[in-house]
Amino acid sequence: MEYEVKLEIFEGPLDLLLHLIHKNELDIFDIPITKIADQYLAYLDMMKALNISVAGDFLVMASTLIHIKSKMLLPGLNDGDEGEDPRDEIMRPLLEYMRLKEMAEELSEREILGKDVFARQDFSLDQDQIDAEVPRLDVNLFQLIDAFKRIMEQIEPGADLTLRYEKWSIKDKSQLIVSLLKEKGEMFFDEIFTGDRTVSELIVTFLALLELVHTGLVRVFQPSHSSGIRLVAHFDQNERTDNDEKYGETA
Amino acid sequence: MEKQLKLIIEALLFASSKPLSTQDIHGCLPDTTLPDIRAALTGLQTEYESMERSFVLKEVAQGYQIRTRSGYAPYVLRMLRSSPSRLSRAALETVAIIAYKQPIIRQEIERFRGVDVGGILRMLLEKDLIRIMGRKILPGRPLIYGTTKRFLEVFDLKDLESLPKLKEIKDFGSGDEESVQIPEEDTQIDESKEKETPPISYEPEITPTGEWEGPEA
Repeated sequence: MEYEVKLEIFEGPLDLLLHLIHKNELDIFDIPITKIADQYLAYLDMMKALNISVAGDFLVMASTLIHIKSKMLLPGLNDGDEGEDPRDEIMRPLLEYMRLKEMAEELSEREILGKDVFARQDFSLDQDQIDAEVPRLDVNLFQLIDAFKRIMEQIEPGADLTLRYEKWSIKDKSQLIVSLLKEKGEMFFDEIFTGDRTVSELIVTFLALLELVHTGLVRVFQPSHSSGIRLVAHFDQNERTDNDEKYGETA
Repeated sequence: MEKQLKLIIEALLFASSKPLSTQDIHGCLPDTTLPDIRAALTGLQTEYESMERSFVLKEVAQGYQIRTRSGYAPYVLRMLRSSPSRLSRAALETVAIIAYKQPIIRQEIERFRGVDVGGILRMLLEKDLIRIMGRKILPGRPLIYGTTKRFLEVFDLKDLESLPKLKEIKDFGSGDEESVQIPEEDTQIDESKEKETPPISYEPEITPTGEWEGPEA
């Protein structure tokens, strides 16, 4: 999936460059490009020797360094353009990177919740049911998938081994969810799965929900970080018939 | 009465698992004015401070929350049977750029860090530290990232304005360098998006693999 080289110390080319600059006690505003380029390439060679695959980012930086070096050797090409130092090309990102490290440093020094300091943990779901005017945190896809995983895990293995041919369609399930929501106005995420017996049925229901969310007919939210995910109908009274048709088409 | 009010507010804070804003408290005590609530909160703060309790009343994420002092972390962790929540350096750097430069697109984050950040963004989204604020009107309609309320809670910040100020790097007058301007959550960028797609549809557009799929694709 993700192409990632994890060296113990160097996260990326900028990290490596910064390390070389610090190691050699160089002035970032006057980088001896030949020295740095040589050391940088030597480091890449070492990585190869150690049989570590070198990420593209490192190679791009290598070519940038060599390009700068060649520009420095041929000052005649850029005559008249005195303000432009070819080294700016790496100096700017390096300075920004240093600044970024400072930002990260500042953040990590704070009293971090769950590491340095603690607050009361959410202890009850009932609380949320009582409180009608709970703040609504929008639930993102990851949270939905997590919740769905939990439901999938609850299904007993081997509870129903009869294989049936495509009994449920997304359209049916969307209609079911919509009618349930019309009736109740608001439901818990788990509730829409209550009638479902098989994994495929669960999946169809879940897909139907995603479809409804996508078309904007249903909104999912969570009253607080650790409480249950809830669904709420997102169509107006007068729009209902209209929307019924709409999801009928899309499903 | 003043003492009674302080105790009521203390009870609310004690029982709440999330920071309570003065508005939240006012919702529970409609007859009390906001200045009175604020005064009571400050009163409680100094009280805890002077009593040298193991907890303090902190102002985080535009609300108030009772939190333990940092010295007691090892014991609390043992009680919770968990290890301290940690962010890798890469994750910390990424969330830092987003915090200081938001609203920001992935490409800009990668320019700062010099490496791919797809995996880290996904992880930060899962941890609810960052959120997607919309899409930028650029080729490919890249997603715009910003920090969440949870971010403020975790990093002990009152609001985004109270992010630690950075030393300006002098001798470096880059033209495109923007001053660190921190917008409120839900900035104007969202507006243009809302006209095209209902807000709810942002979320399903993000596939778990982090591929960007436009709704019209």
